[in-house]
Amino acid sequence: MKFPVLRSYAYVYLLFLYAPIILLPVFAFNDGTIIAFPLKGFTTEWFRQMAANATLRTAVQNSLIIAVSASILATTLGVFAARAATRFAFPGKAGIIGLIMLPLVLPEIIIAVSLLVVLLGIGVTLSVFTVILGHVLICTPYAIAILNTAFNALDRSLEEAAYDLGETKWSTFRLITLPLVMPGVISSLLMSFTISLDEFIIAFFLAGREPTLPTYIFSQLRFPKQIPMIMALGTVLVGASIVLLTIAEYFRRRGIAKTGGTDSGGFV
Amino acid sequence: MASKNRWRRWLRTEAFSGYALISPTAFYALALLAAPLMTILAFSFFKDGYLTVIREFTLQNYRDTWTDPVFRAILLRSLTVSAMVTAATVLIAFPIAYYISFNVSPAMKSRWLFLITIPFWTSYLIRVFLWKVILGFNGVVNSSLDILGLIEAPLNMLNNVQAIVMTLAHAYAPFAILPIFVALEKIDRALLEAGQDLGESRLMTFWRVTLPLAMPGVIAAVLIVFIPTIGDYVTPQLIGGGKVPMVANLIQVRMLDLDNKPLGSAIAVSAMLIVTLVSLAFLFLNRRFLGVRK
Repeated sequence: MKFPVLRSYAYVYLLFLYAPIILLPVFAFNDGTIIAFPLKGFTTEWFRQMAANATLRTAVQNSLIIAVSASILATTLGVFAARAATRFAFPGKAGIIGLIMLPLVLPEIIIAVSLLVVLLGIGVTLSVFTVILGHVLICTPYAIAILNTAFNALDRSLEEAAYDLGETKWSTFRLITLPLVMPGVISSLLMSFTISLDEFIIAFFLAGREPTLPTYIFSQLRFPKQIPMIMALGTVLVGASIVLLTIAEYFRRRGIAKTGGTDSGGFV
Repeated sequence: MASKNRWRRWLRTEAFSGYALISPTAFYALALLAAPLMTILAFSFFKDGYLTVIREFTLQNYRDTWTDPVFRAILLRSLTVSAMVTAATVLIAFPIAYYISFNVSPAMKSRWLFLITIPFWTSYLIRVFLWKVILGFNGVVNSSLDILGLIEAPLNMLNNVQAIVMTLAHAYAPFAILPIFVALEKIDRALLEAGQDLGESRLMTFWRVTLPLAMPGVIAAVLIVFIPTIGDYVTPQLIGGGKVPMVANLIQVRMLDLDNKPLGSAIAVSAMLIVTLVSLAFLFLNRRFLGVRK
């Protein structure tokens, strides 16, 4: 049943959703140190400042190390859990999966605080590594959600055919299962990468003195002089996430097409 | 011999394969999630010594926390802000989810969902900060109004609860749209036709058929927005300017700045408990909608 008014409402809503992001490139190229209208003129000075900033470069490096490691680890753990969840029945399954998925419904501050207390308690020095530990924890549930869909769409008779033709469990997994769920694996990697790259509170608590991209941005937001550069950085980040998401979406659709399902749409 | 055989048979069962497969992920969650949560639970019952924690059972932390007017005010504010954010987000999101599910052609649905999820994946910090740019003293709104000659002095729109609610409602929008959309997609369209054939108006069909069937999605949306917003740290800090702190900011101050881990733990545990109770109460009040399947 259609309500025609909704169409205009939807467009207004999209405008509301995108309004802040549209401002990013506007002020990133604006030749003025104060973020306000009227605009002054065109400049690429803020991008030059951004490229020359050494702390920012360290932060980006740290964030990339963290995001790549966390996405690989989370996806690996996700493959194990999603495979177990979709293929086998065992007592206590709901409880175990529930524990693994818990970070989805737990405020991140709680995860950050509890991990911090334990890590300091056993004498671990805070570093990039400790941030990875935390990020794997919050990325794994998302990885599992994506991979569950991929494993569920899998036709079991294909694996059974491989067993009948003399393949072992492992070679079947490698030759049949893995290639079929590969699009799911790739979108899980990209999703975890994006989540980790953007995560602030866990990095804020667990990074010690090492800057990550979000903690660096947070520290700079206090200084009005740095804001134009942050706008330039934001523009670059938005561009990068749109590219990443488009790739993720492409693989998700290809995965659906490969297993012959219909597109129900959406990431989460 | 018999036990050895039983062991071998057990190794070949489905349950064993399941446990073996899930064990890496399960152990990771046990070591880095369950154990830390248990630790702060234990810490909340310990005494605070200078730079250490004295392992001696006490309820003092909870007594201090719950009799502290600052904690009560902040907890109440966090609950109010989260409730307002949740109500705003879900009310704004429902028509969008409805539009995508009922008005948009199937081929365009995933494109719409993609459009809606993109902003959600761009830097959260920068998105929050942009609201400060929009609402600030010499921000977009004020300077535009000034150019148009509508105001004499800039309006003060930051550092208050309304600004926090607005920012969070914007940030959590996709979280609300997606579950509602999924619930609406599941509705058998024949039921709606049946409603109309039996003489109901369009609005009554919506009220008596569509809405009750969409409730599981609405309930999921409420919980998905309510739980993380109550623990949000960034928005009260940036948009509230530190003047209207919420629970996460309080935990951070007690834990790190004052280095009182038992007290910080007691606050964290109390906040978790309240969030859980509120969520369970909400589920209980809506239990009649959750029994409905297909």
